[in-house]
Amino acid sequence: MFGFLLRRVAFLAPTFVGITVVAFGFIRILPGDPVLLMAGERGLTPERHAELLHQLGFDRPIWQQYLTYLGNLLQGDLGTSIITKNPVLGEFLTLFPATVELSLCAIFLAVALGVPAGVIAAVRRGSLLEQAMMGTALVGYSMPIFWWGLLLIILFSGILHWTPVSGRISLIYFFEPVTGFMLIDALLSGQEGAFGSALSHLILPSIVLATIPLAVIARQTRSAMLEVLGEDYIRTARAKGLSPLRVIGLHALRNALIPVITTIGLQVGVLLAGAILTETIFSWPGVGKWMVDSIFRRDYPAVQGGLLLIAGVVMVVNLVVDLLYGLINPRIRHQ
Amino acid sequence: MSDSTTAAIERAARSATRQVLRDFWRDFRRNRGAVLGLAVFVALVAIALLAPLLAPQDPILQNRDALLMPPAWAEAGRLDYLLGTDAVGRDILSRLIFGARFSLFIGVVVVSIALTGGILIGLVAGYFGAWVDGVIMRVMDVILAFPSLLLALVLVAILGPGLLNAMIAIAIVLQPHFVRLTRASVMSEKHRDYVVSARTVGAGPLRLMFLTILPNCLAPLIVQATLSFSNAILDAAALGFLGMGAQPPTPEWGTMLAEAREFILRAWWVVTFPGIAILVSVLAINLVGDGLRDALDPKLKRS
Repeated sequence: MFGFLLRRVAFLAPTFVGITVVAFGFIRILPGDPVLLMAGERGLTPERHAELLHQLGFDRPIWQQYLTYLGNLLQGDLGTSIITKNPVLGEFLTLFPATVELSLCAIFLAVALGVPAGVIAAVRRGSLLEQAMMGTALVGYSMPIFWWGLLLIILFSGILHWTPVSGRISLIYFFEPVTGFMLIDALLSGQEGAFGSALSHLILPSIVLATIPLAVIARQTRSAMLEVLGEDYIRTARAKGLSPLRVIGLHALRNALIPVITTIGLQVGVLLAGAILTETIFSWPGVGKWMVDSIFRRDYPAVQGGLLLIAGVVMVVNLVVDLLYGLINPRIRHQ
Repeated sequence: MSDSTTAAIERAARSATRQVLRDFWRDFRRNRGAVLGLAVFVALVAIALLAPLLAPQDPILQNRDALLMPPAWAEAGRLDYLLGTDAVGRDILSRLIFGARFSLFIGVVVVSIALTGGILIGLVAGYFGAWVDGVIMRVMDVILAFPSLLLALVLVAILGPGLLNAMIAIAIVLQPHFVRLTRASVMSEKHRDYVVSARTVGAGPLRLMFLTILPNCLAPLIVQATLSFSNAILDAAALGFLGMGAQPPTPEWGTMLAEAREFILRAWWVVTFPGIAILVSVLAINLVGDGLRDALDPKLKRS
């Protein structure tokens, strides 16, 4: 298993180097003077410009600049935001829990509804129920989620007044973040109603973000189940007289879940892309909204750092999924 | 070989092609969803082509006397504005009809760029293998490591907002899927007997790549192209929604939604209709894609 882990990590190394090259190159291929882009100061005198040029290292050969960039990265220095003057890494880490909380809720929703839906659709193959479920899944898969979010806001916030429109918790509650997860912090604060408020803020964004992964997981579970249900060992299990529930739940589902886990892992990139839109619609203070805002504010150091960190997160999660896959499926491990 | 034999072989090849197409159409037609999707898609194409004839109003003409007018069936609605007007008094129906042009155009351009680039790069990677393949695939891995919309957003930030740049960005983001597919099929095909014999009789690398191998790798590429078509429409609408795609007053559906955002609690129609247009187009294309997958590739038969 350790060898498998090492091989996987070694395999990712070139990709990670590539990601650093993209993040490094991003500032340098932007049209315009890199000093003006990075310094964010107006009305620079020529002297100040030359000073900054030297300070930021743009006067050195490109490979030296890249090595300096890598060196800074290794020390956890991803530059400073032009707008807030805070270290980019710090900003990212403050906002990241909000995105993680939202993504975890979304993926939980997607798995909790998608896997049973896929199983039922496979077991009831050819029924009206299956057609309705798979039709719904295709609609979900085709959904422009930014519009879907707006529709839910119109219905649940505008007409029914059930849920708040934006943010993570009502402004009447205030407490210092402990874990960064609003649901947990609200419970820890002990303030009455805080948890309910945090939960009601989380519901609509989670539904919106879960929509596409839910559809993908339901479709994938159904096809994996259909494949497994045709196998000999299922026929054997049935012939032994096991109850249908046992055959489906124990024998079929366990094997069908192997490809489904890969699919769930692949949804991380989809979730982070979806978080950009979902967080923008619901003013959810996470890294997705932060990236969009940074692009609009021309806060390029923040965009550069965010690109690197988000791609890094996607890579690490994919690695974990790969390892999990190796854990449950020894055939992969020994290839 | 005498002329008559050549002609006979050509005839046989043509009738074989026709047979394949007939089989394909028979399989495709069996899928009712796919046929429905195709019908909607054809209707969309017709609407896009005939937009100037179909649209009751000029899509960018502002009417100060009809701001945020509700649809015709609502109490304050007027028949000349069937789906109502937006905040500056433009006819929503006309904007949607002209918007179909943009969405289909985006799909065609993005898929053409991504498909051509992807096939070329994938053929080279799969055919030459070794370090060429290694370098190309690592570059593709890097592109795939970024969430697609994020990468497209950043690319547009570099290139500048606008429809053309949005299309280029989306094509770059979608391309690695085509590269991977082409490469995988080329690698599985290139040691088959028919390729080896073509090489033995002296076919050069270009002929082998494009004329011998490529036609046998097309099925998965066609399916992927359909899925990319709908993805391109969704991503372009998302970029438009974020203000990074087509710029106002272009009647692009995502841009329309962006302009409508501040009115969502006052005028439901400005938000609802552009979204329905996006959803219906994407859904229709995905239905066709599912049908194509089932009809073209029995191995992939899933739904």
